Amino acid sequence: MSALGRQRWLGPAMFLPAILYVVALVGVPFVLAFLYSVGDVKVGSVGYHFVGLSNFASVLQNPTFRRALSNSFVFTVSSQVLVLVGANILALALKNAFPGRRFVRFLILLPWVAPVSIGSIGWKWILDSLYSVVNWVLIRLHLVNAFSPPMYLGEPRLAMISVILVHTWHMLPFATVIILAGWTAIPRDIPEAAAVDGARFFRRLFQIELPMMLPIINVAVLFGVIFTFTDMTVVYILTRGGPYDTTQVLPSLAFFTGILGSDLAEGAAISLFLVPLLVIVAWLMLRSAHRAEVT
Amino acid sequence: MAVVQTRALTKLFNKGEVGAVVGVDLESREGEFLVLLGPSGSGKTTLLRMIAGLEEPTSGEILIGGRVVNDLTPRERRIAMVFQSYALYPHLTVLGNITFPLKAQRMSRIEREKKADWAASLLGIGHLLARKPRELSGGERQRVALARAIVREPALFLLDEPLSNLDAKLRASARTELEQFQKRVATTTIYVTHDQVEAMAMGDRVVVMNKGSVRQIGTPAEVYDDPSDTFVATFLGSPPMNLLEHDNVIVGFRPEHFFPTTHLAGKAAVPADIRAADREGPYVPLRFRVGHEEYLGAERILYGRLDGGAFDGKTAISRMSSTHGASFPAESLHAFAVREGDLKFFDRETGTRTKRVPLE
Repeated sequence: MSALGRQRWLGPAMFLPAILYVVALVGVPFVLAFLYSVGDVKVGSVGYHFVGLSNFASVLQNPTFRRALSNSFVFTVSSQVLVLVGANILALALKNAFPGRRFVRFLILLPWVAPVSIGSIGWKWILDSLYSVVNWVLIRLHLVNAFSPPMYLGEPRLAMISVILVHTWHMLPFATVIILAGWTAIPRDIPEAAAVDGARFFRRLFQIELPMMLPIINVAVLFGVIFTFTDMTVVYILTRGGPYDTTQVLPSLAFFTGILGSDLAEGAAISLFLVPLLVIVAWLMLRSAHRAEVT
Repeated sequence: MAVVQTRALTKLFNKGEVGAVVGVDLESREGEFLVLLGPSGSGKTTLLRMIAGLEEPTSGEILIGGRVVNDLTPRERRIAMVFQSYALYPHLTVLGNITFPLKAQRMSRIEREKKADWAASLLGIGHLLARKPRELSGGERQRVALARAIVREPALFLLDEPLSNLDAKLRASARTELEQFQKRVATTTIYVTHDQVEAMAMGDRVVVMNKGSVRQIGTPAEVYDDPSDTFVATFLGSPPMNLLEHDNVIVGFRPEHFFPTTHLAGKAAVPADIRAADREGPYVPLRFRVGHEEYLGAERILYGRLDGGAFDGKTAISRMSSTHGASFPAESLHAFAVREGDLKFFDRETGTRTKRVPLE
């Protein structure tokens, strides 16, 4: 074969594993999920009957689903707001040199490096109804009643707040690293010029530095939105969706219904509700990433 | 308008001495264009940044308008600075950039825009106000940076190599413009550069720095014609001053003062060179063996060695106008001369100027 002929095949051949990987592990499940969502499949069933949109109709009438849908938004929006504010403050604190900065950076990165499951199990103990170290401290400080301490994972509102905070704890390092990178990418001259121009700290921060970092912050937020919307680990480990399904989010509900509850069809219908939203976020992400490149 | 003064100003860095400043005493004059000139790492930018308040001195004092400003923030010093990179705010329009310092002063919108119009028209960038910095050429960015600097009428201008990002042709015209502009606004200006041509052309006075300390302060003519030490003598002038060791002194003379005696005959008949006229003294004849010649269009530069006498074998450079027609083939020997008054004497140990000694 001529060198040119070899080259013609070499490119696609090198590319093929990536394509196969995406088709097998993303494409096929996606098509399956779509097929299931319009069929009547259950775990263990053999036949397949097309049932149209009836799965979606039944899901929409289910109050647990509606709760999970609104929880998903509450979970994503509030944890992302917390992450964004927290990450900016952390990045601001870490951007200037101080003794021990490397160590502190390492510490802050730990929650991201540790597996979510381990972190969440740790939090489960910290927030446990009987052994909660938080309550132990609060009781000793006489801040809460020793006989009816707050049940962080047992009361709907507190449980949701706990889930959000633990997820924020987990996402914070990633956003901090991205924003820190954005900050170091700003030429040192520019905030200095602003200082000479008479701008004090907050004017420099809000009118110069943050606007310059906007494309990078966008990327951090969109990544965070996708990670949060599709995540079920924290909910699954901390509360299993409870109490009484009040902390369910769409991915966990899909898992509980489709896999644990054997109703594959309805589980698929639930998970497909995420698709349009994720498509929009992914499109926004690509657009802002492209913009970050050109500017 | 204000003058800047530094007293024993020192800045030391942990990581070696590059950019450090050691005991600098400086005083600018009202409305003066003062140039800090030195090789890279000589501390000139550090000195400027200390005056701006961007760098904290290790010791010493900085005074602006007679007031010690060491503890004042850049904002409180009422200075304006133009950075080498221009440091324009990329997300703001040209108008946004120019009005930013006024916004920081909480000036009203109408007044801000009036001021911005004034500054923009002064620099001829009125048509660019709606553009973003990335849509501007290098020269236009430099003007925007200047407009941003003058818009709030600062007490002091600090300019850090503002021309070094421009191409050679633009740099020459920008230099003239900048100089005229400074004369018009008459604000005391401190200008950092490593380019001696810029320093000589623009500066009312030039501060020559090396390794963190000031070597000489004077008008361009003073530092060029009357260098205080061998560093200044060689840093200024291209090609640099010839320096020849002789017993315990170093004898220096500029290449343009070292010319063939044939040239001398013509010159003596026509006393056109007024400056040469007050340099009394006879000529010191030197024999010069030509090594090679560079023809630079307007001038010719001869590299070679001195032959015989006190400086036998020492290298020297001669620079003459290319209207001088004689030919100097390689390895040919010629009678050259230097006017005695053009010889400078430096101490061999310290490199500083010393008394004239007779050359046998």
